[in-house]
Amino acid sequence: MRDALPAWVELGLLPLLNLAFAFLVTGVIVVILGENPLEAVELLVYGAFGYGEAWGYTLFYATNFIFTGLAVALAFHAGLFNIGGEGQAYIGGLGAGLAALAFGGGSPFLVLPLCVLGAALFGAVWGFIPGWLQAKRGSHVVITTIMLNFVAASLMTYLMVNVLIVRGSQIPESAGFGPGADMPGLNGLLNLFGLDVGRSPLNLSLVLALVCCVLVWAFVWKSRPGYEVRVVGQSEPAARYAGIVPGNKVILAMTLSGVLAGLMAVNEVLGAQHRLVLGFSGGYGFVGIAVALMGRSHPFGVVLAALLFGALYQGGSELAFDMPAISRDMVVVIQGLVILFAGALEHMFRPFLTGIFVRRRDAAPAVREAARG
Amino acid sequence: MADVWLQALLVTDSTVRLAAPLVLAAMAGLFSERSGVVDIALEGKMLGGAFAAAAAAAYTGSAWLGLLAALVVSYLLAMLHGFATITNRGDQVVSGMAINIAVAGLGPVLADAWFHQAGRVPVFGAGTRFTEIDLPFAEAARAVPLMGSFYAEVVSGHNLLVYLAALSVPLTAFVVYQTRFGLRLRAVGENPAAVDTAGIPVARMRYEALMVTGLLCGVAGAYLSIGQGAGFVRDMTAGKGYLALAALIFGKWRPVPTLLACLLFALADALQTRLQGVTLPVIGELPTQAIQALPYLLTILLLAGFVGRAVAPKAIGQPYVKER
Repeated sequence: MRDALPAWVELGLLPLLNLAFAFLVTGVIVVILGENPLEAVELLVYGAFGYGEAWGYTLFYATNFIFTGLAVALAFHAGLFNIGGEGQAYIGGLGAGLAALAFGGGSPFLVLPLCVLGAALFGAVWGFIPGWLQAKRGSHVVITTIMLNFVAASLMTYLMVNVLIVRGSQIPESAGFGPGADMPGLNGLLNLFGLDVGRSPLNLSLVLALVCCVLVWAFVWKSRPGYEVRVVGQSEPAARYAGIVPGNKVILAMTLSGVLAGLMAVNEVLGAQHRLVLGFSGGYGFVGIAVALMGRSHPFGVVLAALLFGALYQGGSELAFDMPAISRDMVVVIQGLVILFAGALEHMFRPFLTGIFVRRRDAAPAVREAARG
Repeated sequence: MADVWLQALLVTDSTVRLAAPLVLAAMAGLFSERSGVVDIALEGKMLGGAFAAAAAAAYTGSAWLGLLAALVVSYLLAMLHGFATITNRGDQVVSGMAINIAVAGLGPVLADAWFHQAGRVPVFGAGTRFTEIDLPFAEAARAVPLMGSFYAEVVSGHNLLVYLAALSVPLTAFVVYQTRFGLRLRAVGENPAAVDTAGIPVARMRYEALMVTGLLCGVAGAYLSIGQGAGFVRDMTAGKGYLALAALIFGKWRPVPTLLACLLFALADALQTRLQGVTLPVIGELPTQAIQALPYLLTILLLAGFVGRAVAPKAIGQPYVKER
């Protein structure tokens, strides 16, 4: 590679520069809105990390984003762009919810694993479909996952309004789950470390999310099928030449991606809502795209990016409260800008950085030679 | 009998109204995708156009300035897409997603800050919207059976932008199939290297295609907020951009079949409100959500080759790198 950048520039400086640019543009928008960006940052950081309950909410949102970020990241390794995290999480919630409604009265030690399994299974199905269609019928994953998001939304609306609704109620919500399906909160545990997360819905799903990070890391970099998935993502002809059937890896990656997205529902449905509600996936599936791009599709990066977006979501709502000129939708703008600068425009600064770092390295031997001569 | 005819006319009329933004956006997408640039940002450009149109019309009191603002904003978004994907060779889907999400947030943010109406921009007052135009002799024609009432109910009585949408299809077909620009456009989406060899700059061709895309999406956006509707509401495109994309795929990236797909999807939408609570023979009561999901399901089936086959432009999705 002639223009290869040093690793610390490629993995550290370039993403940071892209991120900085996204925030710079956000700052300009804040100025246009007539507010002081530095003051806004201060309020946002306080709202996200200033006190125990804020930490609780930040970590709660981050849990959602770890799941959906991992889902997008895993698909990226197979060279696939899974835009369907939103639908997969929504359908995953149906799986978790049905299990919770059926067995909610039982012991948590039995019910919770069943619910988690339900979320994973339903998410897997919603990821398998586009994977299978891509592998066997050649339909592009991007388009089918977009379409399946809408199908999921229609399906869920139908089920909520006609089937799962509490008889006689006007609100499209399912009955509350039994106590057996409540994901245990983390407050008790965190109190031991002197952190009080108040009434935030932070729950055991965070631990599950971190476990998933380790599993995804082990799968992608330490397992044979994970290696094969990466080969398919790098070059399909090479994979075929090595005796790998690309279609199978595509199906595998999309199914696992669906599992991860589906698990988001464990946090949101079992940890916070305790019943099925319309639209609980709330766009978190799309945040996964920004998180995966920013985290460079590595679980560690995904955790950092998820934490950042968790802070933006929590701090953003506090900020909207303190600075009425900046509404909560600002977080969505930042999300879009991060996808733009860290994703679509990721190479924008590359020529500039190559100019600085590569030429200097090339120049070094020449200088030495000149000195010798 | 007359009653059934009238009902049919009313359904057709609302189909036309619902199809107009889809047609405009789908024709917009046709230019971009035929040039080899995937455009899932039809949604974002429409939404941006809708906001700009409402904001400008509310501020200046002129629908025409509203339309102009929509054109400018949507055009700039298209150029941003071009800058990211053509100049910087970024991923076209990622760029489209970025634009969709950023605009979905920015609209309500600016609406809140400037109009203080909880993310809405209401548009009212004379001249701020494109209102229905009664074509000549519409009232007189009503007396003539069948054709006359069709003329009065369906053909006449739409706003200017609907007629523009109708015009966009033959215009697109003409430009794409009968002009030099169209020939180059199709070539650049199928085999950019050959176009490059012929001495035509690939990047410029794609930028030009995106310009058309931007302008058409702008009209679609203006239609939503100052034509059909009276103001901007958050997420007012509600997936219409993706639906237009589905229609484009369904129409196999060709103008007339794409128009038919738009009409089909719009008809499903128009029927959905009318079929609510109606019991059909055999099927029983059809859930409205099933009709809502129909266009998406059909597109998936089509892409999977279960109903026909959709073959995309060959070079779609790939940034062009000139070989050295």
